[in-house]
Amino acid sequence: MNYSYKLAALLSGVLTTAVLVAAPVEETLTVDEVDMISRAASAEGHPLPEVISGWHYRTDSTRALQTDSFENGGMLGVELGEEIWNTVEGTEGKSCASCHDDAAVSMASVGALFPKWHEESGKPINVELQINDCRVNNMGAEAYKFDKGGQKPLTAFVKHQSHGQPVTVDLTEGDMQQWWEQGKELYYRRTGQLNLSCASCHEKNNGKYIRADHLSQGNVNGFPTYRLKQGNLISLHNRFRGCIRDTRAEYPAAFSDDLMALEVYTTWRSQGLSVETPAVRQ
Amino acid sequence: MIRKLVLSAVSGIVLIGVVAADVTAPGDVKVENLGISVALTDQPGDPAEGRKVFANRKQGNCLACHANSDLKDQLFHGEVGPGLDGAGSRWSEAQLRTIVVNAKAVFSDATVMPGFYSLEVGENVRKDLVGKTILTAQQVEDIVAYLTTLK
Repeated sequence: MNYSYKLAALLSGVLTTAVLVAAPVEETLTVDEVDMISRAASAEGHPLPEVISGWHYRTDSTRALQTDSFENGGMLGVELGEEIWNTVEGTEGKSCASCHDDAAVSMASVGALFPKWHEESGKPINVELQINDCRVNNMGAEAYKFDKGGQKPLTAFVKHQSHGQPVTVDLTEGDMQQWWEQGKELYYRRTGQLNLSCASCHEKNNGKYIRADHLSQGNVNGFPTYRLKQGNLISLHNRFRGCIRDTRAEYPAAFSDDLMALEVYTTWRSQGLSVETPAVRQ
Repeated sequence: MIRKLVLSAVSGIVLIGVVAADVTAPGDVKVENLGISVALTDQPGDPAEGRKVFANRKQGNCLACHANSDLKDQLFHGEVGPGLDGAGSRWSEAQLRTIVVNAKAVFSDATVMPGFYSLEVGENVRKDLVGKTILTAQQVEDIVAYLTTLK
């Protein structure tokens, strides 16, 4: 507990109303003795001076769960993903491993580079859709429906192979810049009866409490994340939809152009932070 | 039986009375000099009721963003907006009414505070909420009456 934390705790006691500590915690995130980049200089043109992982905004006990893989409930999903990786499915009699062998080698750093430009569809593609592409075109298996089947564990397993690698998004490929622009427009668009945008909470008010919830910068480097509230892995598009729903708005379909653009933009905002998949959050 | 009939007739009249109460529609609210001086209903606001609407997470949910010592029994007061201790001394009733109705009329479009009795809302409003305000006119009056007590 550093001095400012103590002071704030003292003040909140004096003020009787539950005024809570606002600043993200000053600490280093080390997972299984590997140092993570949880604070990074922001990309050129980024509206925030520093990119900070959501880990810093969580409580002591939630933060501790992520520092040890045995304590991280999301690792069960990663292990399930590994089983799926090695399981034959579809008409071609193949598993992921049939072509990609050891994921620790073939998938090292791969998850840190998504979403990326996908020439065939003329759109950005994320890990979930890349898995579906492989299942349909190479395995002769059915595409996973959103959040169903092995989509979340297999995505978590693939991204976990980049654990610690900095998130990087290449906007020079194809029309990525255009999708970034569209995502940015969505980030600042106010929706719903509550008339809020992503920026209302995660840019203007990050570091403050909204009731008991400490608002983070909304970085995406930990997805799929293990959320204690659900006791399960939660995908990025699920989280997008939940946030938009909370503004009392209709929300876009998972993997729709709108949410793919938002994924491109928010991944850009999170650049430089280590992939934390599966991060532990409240 | 007769008594029941009489009772329901009486309650019918009372109901009609409530429905017929003079309520200003969201689009007809007039803001002058950053204030709304005329109450939205002809039934005076009830501070005790306002205190409940203020705290209720499905109604005002004001504690999500504002700390308020008067409700210190409730845990976790937000800090996105300013604390409201003394709000009744800092603002006039007309100003408080405007802030609750549509804070953007007092501050600027940049404020994140929702308009609780305004149809100037965000895009893609949930279908069942289109054309509806977050609070009723009476709930706004109750909250305003409550806020004026925070001295």
